[in-house]
Amino acid sequence: MHTRSGNVVAQAFHYFGHLTFLSAAAAGRREGSECCMELVCPAGSFPALKAAVDNGAGAVYFGFRGATNARQFIGLNFDEAKAAKGIRYARDRGVRVLCAINTYPQPQGWAQWQRAVDMAADLGVDALIAADMGVLGYAAERHPSLALHLSVQGSATNYEALNYYQRQFGIKRAVLPRVLSLAQVEHVAKHSPVELEVFAFGSLCIMVEGRCYLSSYLTDESPNTCGACSPAKAVRWQETEQGLESRLNEVLIDRYGADEKAGYPTLCKGRFDVEGNLYHALEEPTSLNTLELIPQLRRIGIQAVKIEGRQRSPAYVAQVTRIWREALDAAARDPDNFQPQPAWNSSLSELSEGTTTTIGAYHRSWQ
Amino acid sequence: MNLTLGPILYFWPKQDVFNFYAEMADLPLDTVYLGETVCSKRRELKLDHWLELAKDLRACGKRVVLSTLALLEAESELKMLRRICNNGELLVEANDMAAVQLLSEQGLPFVTGPSINIYNLRVLKQLYNSGMRRWVMPVELGAETLQQLLQQADEARLAELETEVFAYGCLPLAYAARCFTARYRNVPKDNCEFCCIEYPDGIPVRSQEGAELFTLNGIQTLSGEHYNLEHELPRMQQIGVDLVRLSPQREGMAEVVKRFDQRLRGEAPDSIALVNSQQCNGYWYGKPGMDWLESSS
Repeated sequence: MHTRSGNVVAQAFHYFGHLTFLSAAAAGRREGSECCMELVCPAGSFPALKAAVDNGAGAVYFGFRGATNARQFIGLNFDEAKAAKGIRYARDRGVRVLCAINTYPQPQGWAQWQRAVDMAADLGVDALIAADMGVLGYAAERHPSLALHLSVQGSATNYEALNYYQRQFGIKRAVLPRVLSLAQVEHVAKHSPVELEVFAFGSLCIMVEGRCYLSSYLTDESPNTCGACSPAKAVRWQETEQGLESRLNEVLIDRYGADEKAGYPTLCKGRFDVEGNLYHALEEPTSLNTLELIPQLRRIGIQAVKIEGRQRSPAYVAQVTRIWREALDAAARDPDNFQPQPAWNSSLSELSEGTTTTIGAYHRSWQ
Repeated sequence: MNLTLGPILYFWPKQDVFNFYAEMADLPLDTVYLGETVCSKRRELKLDHWLELAKDLRACGKRVVLSTLALLEAESELKMLRRICNNGELLVEANDMAAVQLLSEQGLPFVTGPSINIYNLRVLKQLYNSGMRRWVMPVELGAETLQQLLQQADEARLAELETEVFAYGCLPLAYAARCFTARYRNVPKDNCEFCCIEYPDGIPVRSQEGAELFTLNGIQTLSGEHYNLEHELPRMQQIGVDLVRLSPQREGMAEVVKRFDQRLRGEAPDSIALVNSQQCNGYWYGKPGMDWLESSS
């Protein structure tokens, strides 16, 4: 772990003007719960990283090019030189850098994942976000001073699972899958042996992450094997007499009428036929937005909130980060009277899939 | 190689479950997995009922393993998990890392089900050292990866490790917070009226062009087509697979078992249709799971 020099802290303070934010970064778990949650933002590219850092991220997360991370998109992610540049940029401004190596290597790919872990350690990232027990074990053994976070792809939804990862690999933090209600998150937090990070905003995985093989069932790639869900290479759009069709590996995912807005054919958000009923059988195209939950998440001791979207543009990252920074700061100043500003929510909705948002599984009735 | 009967993934009335296992008891199955793996609200059978079934099946010469829930969210679910892990007699199949934690802490040997992510040797070794003595390969992996893994496992001398492959049935593909059966019925999950019991083989989901895509089963999503590796048994044997898992379906399960048994013994199987559904085997060949490829073995 790299500790920040006083000089850098002073710079960062000057840069952001957020004393609470800085003290949170320096604070241990105890103060963290009642102080400020770390805002963890996506960096799919150097411009996105810069956008996150410049707009108030507490930490940024990135992955290397290729299949080692769960957001493998053409043209995205970092090589070693870009990563070094990004880390320097963030650290000079007091922002932590986390590296995601969170897919599941198979025998033929193991050496590549091992190299990625070594590279992250050599670059001096603040923590490694990993899911596979092989990757976690290798990192713990080979780089004992490298902090480990259990990725959401690690699929740990309860504290007994967290106990295993903590005892076997010494993980410091875990990212919870987007399947728990707020009461369940609170229960996990009460018994968790490690810090917890939850998803705050962005695309909504409806299935428990790390154990969803729907994508590899229809295409040959899944989040676990390649870091890809409903991969772009398998997508085909076609104008037909019945409307615009989106296909994934030739399977019809949705068909849009002239007045309907078409969305990316993520397979769990398609319109399918169930016993003669045509509807979004699994989930509507919508995004997660938990601004309204900030006070509760703080109260129950969540240490960090994550913004999804390494595949998003720097402009998107800038706007979402800025709004969340404002909201977290407002909640820190006056937690009892915190209300999300309507302007924040409307801006976030405009940025969202289907231009609608939900608090998802956090609210029991959604389930 | 021997045949195993996976846990019933659907919600069946208690008497149907007892009748089903009474029929299975006389069939050439080495191991029978018992218990609820999908939804903790399905309580037609209590733990004591499963233990009673276990006793009957063991009396018929079957090995019995108690399967556990894949997605654990509530303390009540952890409590049930602890009861199963503390049963004191039967081997347990861990379908979540919580079960791995509880079993390894007690120093008990265990089985890992298909929802435990084992993709490489390091994970096999890690879990072997924690007490895993049998593992079911994740369904999205195929023959080539398995072959490499088992060669490595051999070199690493994981001598007591048994390998099981999910070889027949709708594939368990995903778990969610949301109950898709309740959503289909337009009722809230917390007031679901246990409607899964009306769909003993789940609810088919088709594309708008009628392709069988998925099967809804409460919070679980299964494949729409039936995975069938009956033609791959020689390759499995050659790779070093020990156990071949057949996943229960409401009708015609005895025929499925008999057919796989005939294949295992090198006999030509009776020409009976296994199920009125498309079949797939793509995962085994490293292709999209829904694909069907002619056997190369």
